[in-house]
Amino acid sequence: MSKTRILEEGKGELIGWHDPDENREYVLKHKSRELKDKRMSAQEVVSSFIKDGDFIASGGFGHVRVSMVLIYEIIRQKKRNLAMAGKTAVHDIDILIGSGCVDRVEVAYCFGHELRGLSPAGRRAVESGRCKVVAETSNAGYQWRFLAGMMGLPFIPSRNLLGTDTLKRSSAKVIEDPWSGKPICLIPAAYPDVAMIHVHRCDIYGNAQIDGIIIEDFELARAARKLIITTEEIIDHERVRAEPWRTTIPFYVVDAVVEMPYGSHPCQMPYRYFFDEEHIGEWLKMSKSDEGAKEYFDKYVFGVKDFEEYLELVGGIKTMNRLRRVEQLREPMTAPWLKKGE
Amino acid sequence: MAREIKYTEPELLACTAARILENKKSVFVGTGLPMIAAMLAQKTHAPELLIVFEAGGLGPQMPVLPISVGDSRTFHRAVAASSMHDVMSVSQGGYIDFGFLGAAQLDPYGNINTTVIGPYEQHKTRLPGSGGANDVGSFSQRTIIIMRQDKRKFVEKVDFITTPGYLTGPGAREAAGLPKNTGPYRVITQLGVYGFHPETKRMMLLSLHHGVTLEEAKANASFEFGVADRIEVTEPPSEKDIRILHEEIDPVGIVLKK
Repeated sequence: MSKTRILEEGKGELIGWHDPDENREYVLKHKSRELKDKRMSAQEVVSSFIKDGDFIASGGFGHVRVSMVLIYEIIRQKKRNLAMAGKTAVHDIDILIGSGCVDRVEVAYCFGHELRGLSPAGRRAVESGRCKVVAETSNAGYQWRFLAGMMGLPFIPSRNLLGTDTLKRSSAKVIEDPWSGKPICLIPAAYPDVAMIHVHRCDIYGNAQIDGIIIEDFELARAARKLIITTEEIIDHERVRAEPWRTTIPFYVVDAVVEMPYGSHPCQMPYRYFFDEEHIGEWLKMSKSDEGAKEYFDKYVFGVKDFEEYLELVGGIKTMNRLRRVEQLREPMTAPWLKKGE
Repeated sequence: MAREIKYTEPELLACTAARILENKKSVFVGTGLPMIAAMLAQKTHAPELLIVFEAGGLGPQMPVLPISVGDSRTFHRAVAASSMHDVMSVSQGGYIDFGFLGAAQLDPYGNINTTVIGPYEQHKTRLPGSGGANDVGSFSQRTIIIMRQDKRKFVEKVDFITTPGYLTGPGAREAAGLPKNTGPYRVITQLGVYGFHPETKRMMLLSLHHGVTLEEAKANASFEFGVADRIEVTEPPSEKDIRILHEEIDPVGIVLKK
């Protein structure tokens, strides 16, 4: 039998990959099929699940439905040398890089804040070498790394990345498709050590429901070795069973459940609250210097005992109600970065 | 003579881009001006324009400009709130008529850089990377690029090919394994609209905006581009377009600063 000829090979570092059999062993050993109460506090879950050097991935879309409650706790517990999936990573990764927790990233989209512009903290870190880009890919490229992971496959074939420098700096390879004879890209599986996904509701076992777009959380949840669900609310298990089609993430892939209303603040939670642009704007302004970023963390992370205290500090229920009105289009958004010259 | 309508550069770009989009077609849009252009097209000549977002928003009727291609405005009154796997898969499968991207650097074959300025290992500036751009540029039947042109942005060779244009020229996309009959279609800048020569696959000027000269366009490019037999004058934004842009699409001035 002829050996597969590799036509091209990316130079990027392959992170989070495991032999599928090795991962099956992990699943058999560590993923329980028992319905058990998985509720924990953010503090407990971060200290027992996330260790220095881990490869982590955040659900949602960078600043939409992200688990800020866990991200602030990671900063508070001063986790170090984390690698993170830049699978459209926006505010989540910006403050994790800015606080010195994340120092390696595989980039589909990173160091930017979409319409708000570029991230001062993230860019400073990457341009000075404090944060290293280990590989490049695209959004579909990352998404399909998780797809291969959840399918228990070593890779998934695709027709993106081909012909570009993105491929040359990725961890993908190109071979000849044995059917069509055309070059085909092979995207390696990714199994993050820890994924953190914020959802609208789940039961105490982790059966989770997401309102609106799922983004890539369906695949990420099933590919991750450890999965922490944070939720706006805990619902009765009977509600899950009454409407089972609403379950996007089933309990057997979930390792812990943390209940935290407004747990995505200052990021958006679809249908519930809009981005707190005043707060994100404050971060973007303060993070223009290392001193400013430190001041931000001293005030909003180290200056409070937990996420609930942080929510009070940013205006409590009054702020949350305003963000709900903006989300529901009953009030226009405001943002300091909208003003000229800012 | 008709009254001269005053417009800003982003308004001109958005209107020009919107007019290229066709009714009853699909468009995969990236962040910023592409979103505005798609919304304007939907509110004017293309009410059945199927707008698609990478994070899962399918066929929305957006109430206001989203901040993110994944925020809840991207699936407001949508036909489906789906997932990235769904959107990227159907894009790869051939369902996307237009892809709509921005660029930091562009070369004459329509190759896009949004990753680094300078050599990769010792870059001067780190940009956000591909995001969904590589996927859009790989899978869409016709990719439209919207950007400001100047000598540093229109370059003979981009510092990094983030997203494929025609790569090195005719046949290169197919040789690399990219889907057949795809590639860049139009480039819209503050000076004019470019297409790609059917044989050479190099950029060629199709139209200049009102008041712009060919010399100006040439002076703002570091490479030579072809010129159509007859250079058209781009249709300027109408009063109605400008009203819709400011009142219905971006009332707080996220992109179209007040």
